[in-house]
Amino acid sequence: MALRGDWMYENNGGTCVAIAGIDYCVVAADTRLSVGYNILTRDHSKICSLADKVVLASSGFQGDIRALHKNLAARHLLYQHQHNKQMSCPAMGQLLSNTLYYKRFFPYYAFNVLGGLDNEGKGCVFTYDAVGSYERVGYSTQGSGSSLIMPVLDNQLKSPSPLLLPARDAVTPLSETEAVDLVKDVFASATERDIYTGDKLEIVVINASGIKREYLELRKD
Amino acid sequence: MVKMTDLPTKGGFSFDLCTRNQMLLDKGVQMPPFRKTGTTIVGLVFQDGVVLGADTRATEGPIVADKNCEKIHFMAPNIYCCGAGTAADTEAVTDMVSSQLQLHRYATGRESRVVTALTLLKSHLFSYQGHVSAALVLGGVDVTGPHLQTVYPHGSTDTLPFATMGSGSLAAMSVFESKYREGLTREEGIELVAEAICAGIFNDLGSGSNVDVCVITKGQTEYLRNYQLPNPRTYISSKGYSFVKGQTVFLEQLLLLVSKLVHVEAIFQLRVDEWQYRINWGLVPCLC
Repeated sequence: MALRGDWMYENNGGTCVAIAGIDYCVVAADTRLSVGYNILTRDHSKICSLADKVVLASSGFQGDIRALHKNLAARHLLYQHQHNKQMSCPAMGQLLSNTLYYKRFFPYYAFNVLGGLDNEGKGCVFTYDAVGSYERVGYSTQGSGSSLIMPVLDNQLKSPSPLLLPARDAVTPLSETEAVDLVKDVFASATERDIYTGDKLEIVVINASGIKREYLELRKD
Repeated sequence: MVKMTDLPTKGGFSFDLCTRNQMLLDKGVQMPPFRKTGTTIVGLVFQDGVVLGADTRATEGPIVADKNCEKIHFMAPNIYCCGAGTAADTEAVTDMVSSQLQLHRYATGRESRVVTALTLLKSHLFSYQGHVSAALVLGGVDVTGPHLQTVYPHGSTDTLPFATMGSGSLAAMSVFESKYREGLTREEGIELVAEAICAGIFNDLGSGSNVDVCVITKGQTEYLRNYQLPNPRTYISSKGYSFVKGQTVFLEQLLLLVSKLVHVEAIFQLRVDEWQYRINWGLVPCLC
């Protein structure tokens, strides 16, 4: 019995963004869940708090995303029991990549951005494809509105290539409020032109004092 | 035997390329997405005439191509038509029938009838066997009374007291089925149509932005463009964006001479002087 195309999967839409700053990290995602031309719910969080300095935002097939988040949360708990400390963002980055590649021949239909603070307290963003290829970057987007948002972030944040020598800082010099303002504006714009993005925007900011959550209403049409 | 190439073409649609298209699809070639109107379009009959309604979003796949397009098309001063499906098809077919109706009005000297528009539309769509993807809600008031009809891409029609078409038709129809009754007043009719379109706008991803309404009664038509605007942009950055010169790095610069600027002041001055000279010497008759 031949498996026809993506019969095993479903795309529930949505967009995720993460921006790394000098001492903070902003992770944002819309809260709309859709299938085809229908809205399943306007109030579904795509963001998962994995550790006290690590947040994961995923868009794609919600069934796989739920399973992936559950898997990572369980692995983190195990790590805490074995090492008596929280996982750092780079460590979680590696764990996510391995988890995704483990299912290389029946992938998680999940497009992830991992955000948090690294061991030095600097903002840290990792971007992934569906099978675990990852890279540390200064900012990233994934999901249905990513092609609308990425060019704007490229223009405003201008992250240098990680291949340059000497190694240059990928984090943006913008302040936390400026970065949040940019994220809100960029999502409002993506909502105008992408039918799968909208309803509400959930913004999570991670800094030295912890994790802070904020919401912004988006267009509901 | 007469060879195929000797037969004169008689007009009508040639379906040869349809087999080729199917073969390409089977091979896995992706057809470019058309601009479809996604859409919620509705119409209802009230006590004095008909009310038509439409949303204003045009989509190209998952992207909004036009946030405020016009889906209620003019057919005749007393007949309007909402269109769903491929935007080019709805535009073309309604423009074509609108022209035909105008010529018919000149020929007959009478106001156009809805059934005339209906027959012209359905026969055109049928002859294209559904390849012209236009789903229409036709409404108008003529000497025989108010009419509301739906036209499907393959050419079938229905005459109904209330109708919805497009991807948001189910959302809009749920409102109509709950709240429609015969003998609505004008205000009630407009309110119900706006509510049905809003249901499509908020619950269907292919529809969105604003509500357009058109009210047609005997002797008068009111086209209420953007009757409701329930979707303003939720956030505008107060900081704004600045794009200073030199922000885009370029590798090569090519300067081309497009045109030369010629100073013509002197020539004009000469002509004025010449006229003044001629007037002074009586060579030009002055009109006083």
